[in-house]
Amino acid sequence: MSDHLSPLGGTHSARDRRRRTLGAVFALLCGAATLVGVAALAVLLWDLAADGLPSLDGRFLTSFASRVPERAGVKAALVGSVWLLGLTALIAFPVSVAAAIYLEEYARRSWATRLIQLNIANLAGVPSIVYGILGLAVFVRTFGLGRSVISGALTLALLILPVIIMASQEAIRAVPPSIREAAYGLGATRWQVVSMQVLPMAMPGILTGTILALSRAIGETAPLIMVGAVGFIAFTPKGLGDPFTVLPLQIYNWISRPQTEFHALAAAGILVLLVLLLTMNAAAIILRNRYQSYR
Amino acid sequence: MSDVTRAAGAVEAEPAALSFRRSRNLKERAIGLILFASAAASTLITLGIVVVLLGETLTFFSHVSPVKFLFGTQWTPLFQNPRFGVLPLMAGSFVVAAGAAVIAVPVGLLSAIFLSEYAGPRLRGVLKPMLEILAGIPTVVYGYFALTFITPLLRTVHPATEIFNAASAAIVVGIMIIPTVSSLSEDALRAVPTALREGAYGLGATKMEVSLRVVVPSALSGIIASFILGLSRAVGETMAVAIAAGNMPNLTLNAFESMQTMTAYIVQASLGDTPHGSIGYQTIFAVGMTLFLITLAMNVISQWILSRFREEYE
Repeated sequence: MSDHLSPLGGTHSARDRRRRTLGAVFALLCGAATLVGVAALAVLLWDLAADGLPSLDGRFLTSFASRVPERAGVKAALVGSVWLLGLTALIAFPVSVAAAIYLEEYARRSWATRLIQLNIANLAGVPSIVYGILGLAVFVRTFGLGRSVISGALTLALLILPVIIMASQEAIRAVPPSIREAAYGLGATRWQVVSMQVLPMAMPGILTGTILALSRAIGETAPLIMVGAVGFIAFTPKGLGDPFTVLPLQIYNWISRPQTEFHALAAAGILVLLVLLLTMNAAAIILRNRYQSYR
Repeated sequence: MSDVTRAAGAVEAEPAALSFRRSRNLKERAIGLILFASAAASTLITLGIVVVLLGETLTFFSHVSPVKFLFGTQWTPLFQNPRFGVLPLMAGSFVVAAGAAVIAVPVGLLSAIFLSEYAGPRLRGVLKPMLEILAGIPTVVYGYFALTFITPLLRTVHPATEIFNAASAAIVVGIMIIPTVSSLSEDALRAVPTALREGAYGLGATKMEVSLRVVVPSALSGIIASFILGLSRAVGETMAVAIAAGNMPNLTLNAFESMQTMTAYIVQASLGDTPHGSIGYQTIFAVGMTLFLITLAMNVISQWILSRFREEYE
């Protein structure tokens, strides 16, 4: 079998065999490279589980931060994260979807539209800490909102705005033009077409994009350090103006202490954060799959 | 007044329909305006970033000359005798980004080739979500991983490694941007038409020859854009480097020493007590401006390469 006929009639030369061996080595190399990412993920999760699982129990979830490692928990951070996530979604979702509708359904091709589009693409590439600087200068100082939940939520909302806009645009673009034309043909106005036909069809895609953007927001640390979410908070926020902490900040706070007991707490906190993230991602995937089965 | 009478004369029979149409038009207009305002708001974010950064940076430059800032080799803004040379911070960002690229560029590109050229749909369906999970892990988690896993590992291999060092930060940032590089490169590879591959196979090329000599060159613009975008993410990466690389402004290329990146300095300065209006406060903005301009330039270059050198098929 090794003596295949080559197209020119002769048998494989030594050079051909070398080419084939090289090809097999290259295939292996590519496969191994892909496994680097997968292996890194596996080691990361294994390391976290080994460090964090012993500290992860019901008490950990229901206790506030403490200077005594055995008594410390993530209650304030967990509640803070949920607050922040809810507020961020409330602020970012309507504005982003409205912007996406404008760009896809209303805007004419003009330099202004191109500028807005280009700007959104560039905003998505701005480092998150720069948004933190913006939040610090605008919301904390200029608007005088202080180091509060609302400052944090506004900052994160700006951060995920371009992400949700782009995802929503894609979802709206995927609605077939024939649907719109049929509605226009029946005498519907533009807004009727958008609100009754386009949006309902695009909504699963928009929601998927929003959840994925929010799952980015929930892990953000740097911008929240800038707007001054403090590490040691032993209460949950009651209103928009209250100081707060969130999971990633509490984790950072524990990591930056030299004692290893706090590192174990950090690992446990990370596990809580990852479970939250995984739940959100699963929700997004389920939405996406249901959406795909419609078409 | 005049158009009301004219309209009333035209459709005398249906004044109700007229007012309905008029209010409907008004509503449509208002909605259009609201939607436009939302889209325009996104440009306000950029404007806000530029105004805020520029304002404080200009104040900063009224105290410190831009030349001393850009070319000074010492960064000690909070000392008695402060020096404001940003080079040590840039060196930190550069070492971390370069180290990350050494990992992410080959691994990311080879993964992309594997996923696009070698893996079948089922294998791809398993591997791709895993890389997506890797991309979704918060950066503070990578910081923990660097400090508690990578650094001890490095210290057993190379005992002179400091507890906080740029190398472990570079390694985790490299892992972090593998998905960015691989998924964007894969998109570019998959956009290469099958006919090109088939042509090469018809000439007797092996799969490796097809991948490396036909598909990769055809997708080169997308691949290079993905590298630059990955690098820009590495430069802007904050938490992992703030945790793992330490807070020592250090003008060196030795990655086994503690170094401070631009992002890590911004975090350190805002954690500490830097009163509004002080020069310490202004340094946050000056460094932030530098960071913003560097990443913006990289993103713009990456987009320009994509649009300028894109191979148009069909």
